[in-house]
Amino acid sequence: MITTPLTKNVHEDRRVVLVEDYEANGGYQGARKSITQMTPSECLQVIKDSNLRGRGGAGFPTGMKWSFVPMDNVSPGHKYLVCNADEMEPGTFKDRLLMECDPHQLIEGMICGSYTIQADIAYIFLRGEYVKAAETLSQAIKECYAKGYLGRSIMGTNYSLDLYLHTSAGRYICGEETALINSLEGKRANPRAKPPFPQVSGLWGRPTIVNNVETLCNISHILDHGPEWFQELGIGEDAGTKMYGVSGNVQNPGCWELPIGTTIREILEVHAGGMLPGYSFRGLLPGGGSTDFLVEEHLDLAMDYGTIGKAGSRMGTGTMIILDDKTCPVGMVKNLIDFFAHESCGFCTPCRDGLPQTAHILQDMSSGKGESRDIENLERLVKFIGSIGNTHCALAPGAMEPLQSAMKYFPEDFERHAKGKKCNYCETD
Amino acid sequence: MNNSVNSLSTEELSAIDEELEHAPYRSAVAIDALKIVQSHRGWVSDSSIKEIANYLEMSSEELDSIATFYNLIFRRPVGENVILFCDSVSCWIRGCAKLEKHINKTLGITRGQTTEDDKFTLVPVPCLGACDKAPVMMVGDSLHENLTEESINRILEDAAVKGKER
Repeated sequence: MITTPLTKNVHEDRRVVLVEDYEANGGYQGARKSITQMTPSECLQVIKDSNLRGRGGAGFPTGMKWSFVPMDNVSPGHKYLVCNADEMEPGTFKDRLLMECDPHQLIEGMICGSYTIQADIAYIFLRGEYVKAAETLSQAIKECYAKGYLGRSIMGTNYSLDLYLHTSAGRYICGEETALINSLEGKRANPRAKPPFPQVSGLWGRPTIVNNVETLCNISHILDHGPEWFQELGIGEDAGTKMYGVSGNVQNPGCWELPIGTTIREILEVHAGGMLPGYSFRGLLPGGGSTDFLVEEHLDLAMDYGTIGKAGSRMGTGTMIILDDKTCPVGMVKNLIDFFAHESCGFCTPCRDGLPQTAHILQDMSSGKGESRDIENLERLVKFIGSIGNTHCALAPGAMEPLQSAMKYFPEDFERHAKGKKCNYCETD
Repeated sequence: MNNSVNSLSTEELSAIDEELEHAPYRSAVAIDALKIVQSHRGWVSDSSIKEIANYLEMSSEELDSIATFYNLIFRRPVGENVILFCDSVSCWIRGCAKLEKHINKTLGITRGQTTEDDKFTLVPVPCLGACDKAPVMMVGDSLHENLTEESINRILEDAAVKGKER
């Protein structure tokens, strides 16, 4: 019984899993089974039944996303599957591991996914800085063509698929799926208006599915072992495993594949080894820089989509960032808002102008120039920028999540800074 | 880094042609073409923008709007090694601000600047996805983890001797 499907092949020293070893360990059986023995609609049903939800942050059910792709031949032409390998959410370092260590797992997942939606072209949209992943993936793609897993008549069937690796030229916004599509088309990465949704009209106006690396890595295992096996891997209401991570001032920062629904406390205290000596826990961002803070009272919650959502945050990417007692929450939020202000695509006003305004206030506060009206102004900005519908995409509302929750859980720090006081833990320039 | 040569080289053109083989129209490979030219010349000059735009049958204004959008496309000359310094949240918690000041002092440059000997350019970069090894930075194509002032000194000395990576 496999309990860690995503990392079962990963070597301790993180050297790449060779194709021979991947195959010897059950690799390409999921693809073979689906392409040679199952119809696309049977594959789709298995993924739907598995209850797999998108691992990129939003948690949308993968099978449902795929079911929106038109499967008739009324409008003949290309269909695309795109892997979102643009991992850039602050504090997120899970997809890098999956691609550097076991590239064939991702490619096999993409073959299965492409077959399910009957895509004939697939892309991996990889961030430019992931040089090692670009090497491991390029090599793996070559091996797949040589072995007949990609190209014409895959595994002796009449199914054909071409897969290309696109290395990006930067910008966080490319991780937004419609911005990613614009970037793949060679344009500026401004998000598109939805509808139409990419599943119907995406890359070059054709049906397109965009999925995160970790999501796609699950696909071949689900098709090989079945939806019941996958559901049993999870502890609570969600199915499968999750790549959880912890960064910050902890004993053993890292990334581990654990049953989805493992508690925050277990991840933080058992796997990450708890706080470093001399530091105590104050709070955490559960799934990257655009999720709301959680605090001590939330430590025994299960890290799954529903539970973390009910607590007022989001599981996001599942890689948590720990706030300790020697790091100022105002300074930490300032760092995050600076990031989002810098990464705004500039298309809509609340994001382009509102985020720098927010950053400016936080800069003054953290450098000892805070004023009593700052908190009220921040609250107003959170209200305007943070409301979905006021902005063109989710970047700016996401940026408001850590700010609004920091103001809620750490009011004393904001009040201290609003009195123009300097802080022991904030940079003073 | 001779940027007075305007026309695209045979190597650059054949690499762009390879991308064009699976593109539905020429301007679709704009970003790939910018990256190809930059990999040969270190940066993308005004004349390169014109050359690439002509080749892809688009206006140079449109291509420049794309080139200036992406932070890994350099529209000004850069040093032999570009330092991509991560200043995102996990690295910040682990003290990257102090380390950036150390680089500023050691190399005599701040963000966006190039050393006088053209060895290094310093630019910030969004989270490099190695947060368990924070603080981190890239020098050329190499990722450096668990940075300290001492390790940064060593990394910069090695890179200055070795010259351009790859």
